[in-house]
Amino acid sequence: MNAVTDLIKTAEAVKRPALTDPVWLRRALTGIALGFILLFLCLPLAVVLIEAFAKGWATYWSALTQPDTLSAIRLTLLTALVTVPLNTLFGLCAAWAITRFQFPGKSLLLTLIDLPFSVSPVISGLIFVLIFGAQGWLGEWVSAHNIKVIYAVPGIILATLFITFPFVARELIPLMQEMGSQEEEAALSLGASSWQMFFQITLPNIKWALLYGVLLCNARAMGEFGAVSVVSGHIRGLTNTLPLHVEVSYNEYDFVGAFASASILAGLALLTLVLKTTLEWLQQQNRSPT
Amino acid sequence: MSIILSDISKNFGRFSALNHINLEIPEGELVALLGPSGCGKTTLLRIIAGLEQADSGRVLLSGEDKTEQHVSRRGIGFVFQHYALFRHMTVFDNVAFGLRVKPKKIRPSTGDIHRKVHALLELVQLDWLHDRFPDQLSGGQRQRVALARALAVEPSVLLLDEPFGALDASVRKDLRLWLRSLHYELNVTSIFVTHDQEEAMEVASRVVVLNHGCIEQQGAPSEIYDHPANAFVSKFIGQTNVLQFDQQEGLLLPNTPPDGKSAHVRPHDIVLAKASNDDNAHAVLRDWQHLGALIRIELEKISPYHSGLSIFVEMPNEQFKQLALKKGDKVTLQIQRAHWFH
Repeated sequence: MNAVTDLIKTAEAVKRPALTDPVWLRRALTGIALGFILLFLCLPLAVVLIEAFAKGWATYWSALTQPDTLSAIRLTLLTALVTVPLNTLFGLCAAWAITRFQFPGKSLLLTLIDLPFSVSPVISGLIFVLIFGAQGWLGEWVSAHNIKVIYAVPGIILATLFITFPFVARELIPLMQEMGSQEEEAALSLGASSWQMFFQITLPNIKWALLYGVLLCNARAMGEFGAVSVVSGHIRGLTNTLPLHVEVSYNEYDFVGAFASASILAGLALLTLVLKTTLEWLQQQNRSPT
Repeated sequence: MSIILSDISKNFGRFSALNHINLEIPEGELVALLGPSGCGKTTLLRIIAGLEQADSGRVLLSGEDKTEQHVSRRGIGFVFQHYALFRHMTVFDNVAFGLRVKPKKIRPSTGDIHRKVHALLELVQLDWLHDRFPDQLSGGQRQRVALARALAVEPSVLLLDEPFGALDASVRKDLRLWLRSLHYELNVTSIFVTHDQEEAMEVASRVVVLNHGCIEQQGAPSEIYDHPANAFVSKFIGQTNVLQFDQQEGLLLPNTPPDGKSAHVRPHDIVLAKASNDDNAHAVLRDWQHLGALIRIELEKISPYHSGLSIFVEMPNEQFKQLALKKGDKVTLQIQRAHWFH
């Protein structure tokens, strides 16, 4: 008996230093992490705001209300407005197909969904130039039908669609896999139509994950630079989205203009973070209602 | 409603889950599909429901061919193994679901739905939980909600997949009897899937034994127990001693052993007595266990050919006390009834 208690005591004695690090190490690690966050996350945000307001509120406002800036905002909103609903739909379809059906090539599809994440955005843009550009595969057909894709709004939308495709599907697939299809089968066996099943059973169960995916998709659609930059042609007032407008303004030494536009994107990012945290919290609540 | 399955086959890739199943279930029966796991019983149930399509064969409900009909129009109630309650809905909304999704023309009024759902919840003795969510219920309560939900659409056939599989032993016992009495109250043709032979024998009015995608035997529980059709059924249902005899051996048999076959003997079909001397002893008593009213006695057969073979004998407590046997005692055996199978 004594031997056993001794053994437990030794085990505890051994465990304590292994689980808690010395004070100096804890402080150092916390310090490094905080310093890093301050330097690389908070400082740039502060610089954006300081620079944007460097010449006062009036200059900031007039920079934002310039026709070019307004048109960039409009184009960014348009792009998001088209791509987000489409990718929500595609994401739902892909997640449904992957989690509810058995078919050959399923794991290939699962890998392909991640392709936009693994390819450099510049390459993604280039793909569309190679397809629809003047010398591209479909270039002649497109120009023969008087459709402008590259250096025009359709190209920007296509490139953004490609880039933001994985967000919704990626959120939904693990959740729907975990849920299984029994509740859906139960709904069908009770006489529900496929639509009733989807809107009354599936959707309520996946809504938080879906909203989360849509939110991330939207943030990326509004913020995408690389792919859009390749296909847009940087035509002021026509094919400049907000991120491109920031670059163009900066290159033309219009610092207030650049930072004013950047402040909108930064605000969007902060808003996304707040919404994201809220959604995560709601999702947590939803999973453990008791 | 009667159910007729004709020549149902189903393959999953190269694995044959069901092999030319023919089965007729008369109206009002409570049928158990019994078999070891992987025998195809759940697949068969899902094919009857329309949740799975058979590769070939027809499903007839009430004489009507429903093979091509979608699950939502077959008029079946399905109770899933893990209940599949809608987690975002209250108990009331779960049960009301089947009524609320009906097309407008035949949908009951809100008042009627309200009355009906409460009546069903009273039937399963859960009305006091109507505003809870599935997460807040115990396993047995969930099971009963699932049953009430399936019954709400007044199905002509009730299908239950391992209805007691995920429950505690004590809850299971109660629910079995409850389900049986509920069945006689409602008289809905019901089929349930189980791998527990005791459960099948206790609850069902008819048992269908499946193995490797084929029906081994079907009939009333007593019929299957007393007259097993083959070695699989005999071993799967209840306890059985499988014994091999040759002519020289002195065990007292009811008839001469057919060549090359083994005797399947129920533990209660063996009469045991203390051996008067070592020469006529058949077995040595090794151990015994109390099974309530019965005693299970473990014997080791004395044989020059198959040494160490265990034989189980069951007899009432009182009888065992009168024999006054101890561990290591030599005993004689008399087999009163045996089935012979290869």
